[in-house]
Amino acid sequence: MIRTLEDLRQFQRQQEEHMRKQAADTKAKVLVGMGTCGIAAGAQEVYDAICDELKKLNIDDVVVAQTGCIGFCAQEPLAEVILPGNEKVLYGHIDAEKAREIVNQHIVGGKAVSRWAVNGGGMLPEGEQDEATIVPYDEVPFFKTQVRIALRNCGIINPESLGEYVVRDGYLSLAKVLTEMTPADVVEEIKKSGLRGRGGGGFSTGMKWEFAHKQPPGQKYIVCNADEGDPGAFMDRSILEGDPHSVVEGMAIGAYAIGANKGYVYCRAEYPIAVRRLNMAIAQAKEMGLLGKNIFGSGFDFDLEVRLGAGAFVCGEETALLASIEGQRGEPRLRPPYPAVSGLWGKPTIINNVETFANVAPIIHRGADWFGSIGSENSKGTKVFALAGEINNIGLAEIPMGTTLREVIYEIGGGVPDGKHFKGAQTGGPSGGCIPAEFLDTPIDYDNLAKLGTIMGSGGLIIMAEDTCMVDLARFFLDFTQEESCGKCPPCRVGTTVMLDMLNRIVEGKGQDGDLEKLEELGQNIKAASLCGLGQTAPNPVLSTMRYFREEYEEHVHDKKCRSGVCTALFQYYIVPEKCKRCGICAKVCPVQCISGDRQTPYVIDQDRCIKCGACMEACPFDSIIKR
Amino acid sequence: MLNVTIDGQLLQVKEGTTILEACELVGAEIPTLCHLKHLAPEGSCRMCVVEVKGARDLKVSCATVCDEGMEVVTMNEKIHAWRRFIIEMLLADHHIDCFSCSDTGQCKLYQYALDYGIKEPRFQVEPRDWEKDETNRFFDYDPHKCILCRRCVRTCNDRQVNHTLNLTGRGIDTKVGMPFDELFIDSNCVSCGNCVSVCPTGALATKSSKDYRSWEVTKTRTTCSYCAVGCQMDLVVKKGKVVGVEPADGHSNKGLLCVKGKFAYKFIGHPDRLTTPLVRKDGVLQPVSWDEALDVVADNLQRIKAESGPDAIAGFSSSRTTNEDNYAFMKMMRGAIGTNSVDNCARV
Ligand SMILES: Cc1cc2nc3c(=O)[nH]c(=O)nc-3n(C[C@H](O)[C@H](O)[C@H](O)COP(=O)(O)O)c2cc1C
Ligand code: SF4
Ligand code: SF4
Ligand code: SF4
Ligand code: FES
Repeated sequence: MIRTLEDLRQFQRQQEEHMRKQAADTKAKVLVGMGTCGIAAGAQEVYDAICDELKKLNIDDVVVAQTGCIGFCAQEPLAEVILPGNEKVLYGHIDAEKAREIVNQHIVGGKAVSRWAVNGGGMLPEGEQDEATIVPYDEVPFFKTQVRIALRNCGIINPESLGEYVVRDGYLSLAKVLTEMTPADVVEEIKKSGLRGRGGGGFSTGMKWEFAHKQPPGQKYIVCNADEGDPGAFMDRSILEGDPHSVVEGMAIGAYAIGANKGYVYCRAEYPIAVRRLNMAIAQAKEMGLLGKNIFGSGFDFDLEVRLGAGAFVCGEETALLASIEGQRGEPRLRPPYPAVSGLWGKPTIINNVETFANVAPIIHRGADWFGSIGSENSKGTKVFALAGEINNIGLAEIPMGTTLREVIYEIGGGVPDGKHFKGAQTGGPSGGCIPAEFLDTPIDYDNLAKLGTIMGSGGLIIMAEDTCMVDLARFFLDFTQEESCGKCPPCRVGTTVMLDMLNRIVEGKGQDGDLEKLEELGQNIKAASLCGLGQTAPNPVLSTMRYFREEYEEHVHDKKCRSGVCTALFQYYIVPEKCKRCGICAKVCPVQCISGDRQTPYVIDQDRCIKCGACMEACPFDSIIKR
Repeated sequence: MLNVTIDGQLLQVKEGTTILEACELVGAEIPTLCHLKHLAPEGSCRMCVVEVKGARDLKVSCATVCDEGMEVVTMNEKIHAWRRFIIEMLLADHHIDCFSCSDTGQCKLYQYALDYGIKEPRFQVEPRDWEKDETNRFFDYDPHKCILCRRCVRTCNDRQVNHTLNLTGRGIDTKVGMPFDELFIDSNCVSCGNCVSVCPTGALATKSSKDYRSWEVTKTRTTCSYCAVGCQMDLVVKKGKVVGVEPADGHSNKGLLCVKGKFAYKFIGHPDRLTTPLVRKDGVLQPVSWDEALDVVADNLQRIKAESGPDAIAGFSSSRTTNEDNYAFMKMMRGAIGTNSVDNCARV
């Protein structure tokens, strides 16, 4: 049991000693990234293969452990091999076979297999490449510009070990808060840090806490929003899977600040690993007295529970989330009253996002000034982005606010694959908008994104290349929000459906004069008149792509053309007669046999029967088939 | 008291008064769909917006309380366009059937479409494969006419507290219904009909409402005769015949009725109903005048009292009479007859 700050320090020393001893007694340590992403890519097989190979070789002085998401998802499964006294080596794209070879060559033979290493010299920018060497992580472009606060422990510690969290100064902030600070001090410190909510709204966390703090004493609640409904976003999941104690600690600090003694983490049931690790962390913290009654002898009680959500996007909206915890239909309600005044069961309630909470302990530990020194004028600290879409390094990156989009995409993200041109980036997921190439040098922060007509959102960053159809992209996002509308208010319920129907017609080549004007009118009205944030932002992807790529919409509606060759009704596969070598391969692969021709007559596609599968274009060895 | 200005008119209102209530005080008309007196405001239909000076967005008046010094404008171009948009959206997802719909003439959607100048719907959403629920004995539900104001759901849950109605599905697939798409007949519905009474459209409609239009009927305020609660109600009368009952906002019922008050009115015009007193003569009941009948009763009561004393007589009155009648009857038994043997069948 940890009852005092001294107990905690002693526990920390014990754990450090234990780890030191373990390191001294062992030849090597292998960490396998086992977040959902790693496991999906086959990390379990890798883990098993490593253990099996070590067993076969009768090696028992190697520690094999799991860790959370390392962030470099494009390279999953990932494993890190640490030989004492050597640079850590991070292997990417490994499978069971490679894992066995790594055990033999690196662990037994002492020589890193640098060609598979993410931090092998081959990963360096052109000109500096040196296949044979291993470089420190912070020289690898993907990690170089990252500043890890929320992700400080992800991919480094075993998320299932309280000890490893404490060794990295875990729970010291909670101890400090409970033994040295008043709740008002905590509120003040968080306010001073400039931390803003990472769940989408970007509201000042300190100010929000202050509202609840100022409510008369009595039952209050603190809630962590781990619903993460934005498709393509997975930073909250990674934090919960990779460092659950950071959220527990952040919530306990928040609870103390506002005077709550009960907290809930509302997590989607589709995140079973996150839920399991979170429950494990809560149980460990309870067992050690870091949750429960009279924490650190301060008289402060705090209890935490996980509640599962069924995965509705709208349940991420704070009032809908509260309704769902209460067992009601997950629907938003009108604000005010804000939850800080009247929330869960009518009591003052603070709701913050996972990443917001993960930032709290470091702010307390290192001070508001330190945090305030990172980031830009009105956006302090860092933001975790989930890089997805047409980008080489798909993964999680935590960057200081104010980093330019260009740095994120070209340095951390490694640019657009296959030499394609960057066309735009979608931030804020289905509630956000797109940023076209001309704004690549905009520093990313709350204000700048708002100026561009988009939002920071929760951190989804989807990269689009030249062959992305912006109309279809907007349609995709609207399809999502329309489906996820709760149905409570007519602007969103009916409005998004009307807009979606219209977009569906447009991509099917049935657009009519006046459609674009109607889309704009509907979009503006839905934004203005909807009850909650879902409806108020649902038209954003359409409005923003219309703002920057209007000509593509015009082409779809008036010329019935999709320049990106995405909307199947709006282009044809066409065999360029001058280029056709009459090999007949296309005709062989066509699944509906609609290509005819022979050695004498050039091959042609019967457009009426073509199902636009694209098999012919793919198969043609002479690139003689085009979309037009 | 707070000072507020509505369309330039200054007035004082109690703390906690909503903008909508303040508007009603000065007679400023605000269209509402989800709002209903006695239901907690939820601001979901978005129809009742007004402009509050200094606020960035328009405010839903039904769910926004007045602040000191608040200046409200109830109509301008922006408000008009907003409300019109709401109506357009509702009409885009509506089975427009005004010609034969039983609600024609009293439907709020129809009225507002007219008020906001919508002649023809510009948008139309595909109907879902929903069926009408016609299994209740007294009323039907047509989901394609429902505007999801949720008045019925809130009434059933928060006022009738019967917890039958709910919302199923989400987004465009939301409809009023029971879990697992249960039908009315299979549900725990007690047929109080309060959901029907609050429906602003023809979605929930009594079966009998097909037989009349609002302009063909008159309404007569009366007190329900089924029990002693004294619910106020309006008898809907067409050509001298009661064709329906609507709850009134009385002291004891505040807009609610039970199944008997709402639906059991057909006895009024029933052919078997007694319309004159009957007196048994020569072993056969025969119609007589009220004077004759009352004479028979009075003579007999006096005779029994003279022969056997007042306690040989007991009085039993009906719960289907009003409180006032019961009171008078009790007085008669105690004062005129002189017995305490008087009772009533009302045990509710
Ligand atoms: C439709 C909708 C979905 C949302 N989904 C999430 C979510 O998945 N996670 C989240 O943290 N916030 C989400 N939010 C924002 C929350 O309502 C709330 O603002 C946030 O949790 C507050 O935490 P923060 O201040 O730490 O950002 C959503 C909002 C809307 C309108
Ligand atoms: S805006 Fe959409 S999600 Fe929000 S309350 Fe209205 S219908 Fe529901
Ligand atoms: S009739 Fe009464 S009990 Fe039945 S659904 Fe309507 S309000 Fe509920
Ligand atoms: S049935 Fe009537 S009262 Fe109920 S939600 Fe629909 S329109 Fe409103
Ligand atoms: S009447 Fe006010 S929002 Fe419905």
